Amino acid sequence: MSGQTFQLHVNGTSYAVTAPDRKTLGDALREDCGLTGTHLGCEQGVCGTCTVIVDGRPVRSCLMFARQAEGAQIRTVEGLAQGERLHPLQQAFIDAHALQCGFCTPGFLMLIVGALEQDPDMTEDELAEVLSSNLCRCTGYAAIAKAALAAYPRPATPAE
Amino acid sequence: MKLPAFDYACPETLDEATALLAEAGGDAKVIAGGQSLLPFMAFRLAAPSLLVDLRKIAGLDGIEVADGEIRLGAMVRWRDILDSAALARALPLLPAAIGHVAHYQIRNRGTLGGSLAHADPASEFPCIAVLCGASVDVVGAGGHRTIPADELIAGPMETTLEDDEIIVAVRFPRWPEGRRWAFDEFALRHGDLAIAAVAAAYDMDGPHIAHARVAVMGATDTPQRVPPAEDALNGRAPDDDTFGAAAAAASAAIEPTEDLHAGAAYRRALVGTLLRRALAESCAREREAAE
Repeated sequence: MSGQTFQLHVNGTSYAVTAPDRKTLGDALREDCGLTGTHLGCEQGVCGTCTVIVDGRPVRSCLMFARQAEGAQIRTVEGLAQGERLHPLQQAFIDAHALQCGFCTPGFLMLIVGALEQDPDMTEDELAEVLSSNLCRCTGYAAIAKAALAAYPRPATPAE
Repeated sequence: MKLPAFDYACPETLDEATALLAEAGGDAKVIAGGQSLLPFMAFRLAAPSLLVDLRKIAGLDGIEVADGEIRLGAMVRWRDILDSAALARALPLLPAAIGHVAHYQIRNRGTLGGSLAHADPASEFPCIAVLCGASVDVVGAGGHRTIPADELIAGPMETTLEDDEIIVAVRFPRWPEGRRWAFDEFALRHGDLAIAAVAAAYDMDGPHIAHARVAVMGATDTPQRVPPAEDALNGRAPDDDTFGAAAAAASAAIEPTEDLHAGAAYRRALVGTLLRRALAESCAREREAAE
C-alpha cells in the first residue's frame, strides 16, 4: 500500500505504518499493525465498536485518521491482558456472560477501561450513560453493566 | 465505508494553514476533532481534495475566564468544557448544554470550532453561542475579523466563513451575578441529535424578569433566538403563567423543520413543552441554591 510512512505507538510497541492519508486509525491498527482485536462496525461513528484509548481517552478509531494518532499512545484490547492473566474486566465479562457473539466486546472493554480510568469517581448512573455510547445487539446491556460493576465497584447512586 | 481520498496537510502555524486553504480555492476542509467531518466523508456528503489539520497549531485550546469575557479557543474539546470548574461557575448554561453532545468518545474529540463550522442545526454549541451573543474570531489569508455568532450561521450546514478562513476562538460576554438559565433537549436517545432543544437566560429586576433571551435549536433550520418568547418573559414574574405564555409564544413563532423523526406540528408542540419545563427548572434551581 502506498502513502506516507509514520509511527504508531500501540500497547507500548512502535509500528512503522505506510498508509494512505485517508486510512482511519481503526483500519491501520488492523491492517498495518496486525492488531485485529479492534473491530469496525458501522464506520460512521455510531456503534462505538471500534473504540480504542488514545492518550488516555476512549475514542472511536473510525472517526480518526491514522495520521492524526502519530505521536500518541494508543491502547487496544490486545494490551489488556498481562500474558496469560486476563484484565479484571475481561474476567468479569466471562463471569457475567457479558458477551454472546463477541463482535462488540473489544469496544466495550476499551470504553469501560478508558472511561473508568479517565473518570474514576463515575457513579453507576453515569456508567450506564457511558455504556449507551456503544451498541450491543445480543446481550441487552444488563450483563455488560453487571460485569463493569463487578470489575469497578461503584457506590450506589443516592436516591433522590 | 472507506473514506474518499484527499491530500493531508498538518501545518504548524495559522499563516501556513490559511495559505493552504487559499491556494485550494474552496475545495479544502479544515479538520479539528473530525467527529462530524469523518461521518460526512464516509457518506460522501463531503469529499474535500485537501484536509488541513489544526492539531499541531499551538494556542487554540485555551479556556480563559477573564473579568470582561470568556474566551474559548477553537480546539477546546467538549470534554474540556465539561471538566472546567471555572466555566461551571461563570457560564453554567454551557456545560449543561454540552452534556447533551453525542456520546462519551465523541465528547473526548469533538471541538467547539468544528461544531460552529459544521453548523448542524441540531448542535448545542452554536445555539448557546447565538443565545449568549458570542463573538467568533476568525483568521484568513487576508487577516482577522470577528463575526457575531448569529451572523456566522447562514443556514443548515452553512456558514458565512470564506474559503480561507479558520475559526480561532469564541468569546462570550461575562454574565452578571445571579443570571438564571434554562436548557432542555429531546432526542431519541441521550446523545443522539436533538429533535428539539431550548435554551434561555434571564436576570431578575426585583420581582420581575429582565434581559430575557430564548433560543431554539434542532426544531428549526438554524439555531435562533425567539423574540416573541423573550417579550412574554420580560417585565413579568417568573411563574407558571408567564412560562406558559412564553412557551406558547415560542411554539407559535418558530417555523419548524420536518424529517423522518418528527413532523412540524410535533416539533412546534415539543418546543413549547421543553421551554415551559426548562424555565420552571431555572426557578427550582434557584430555590435549591437558596436552601
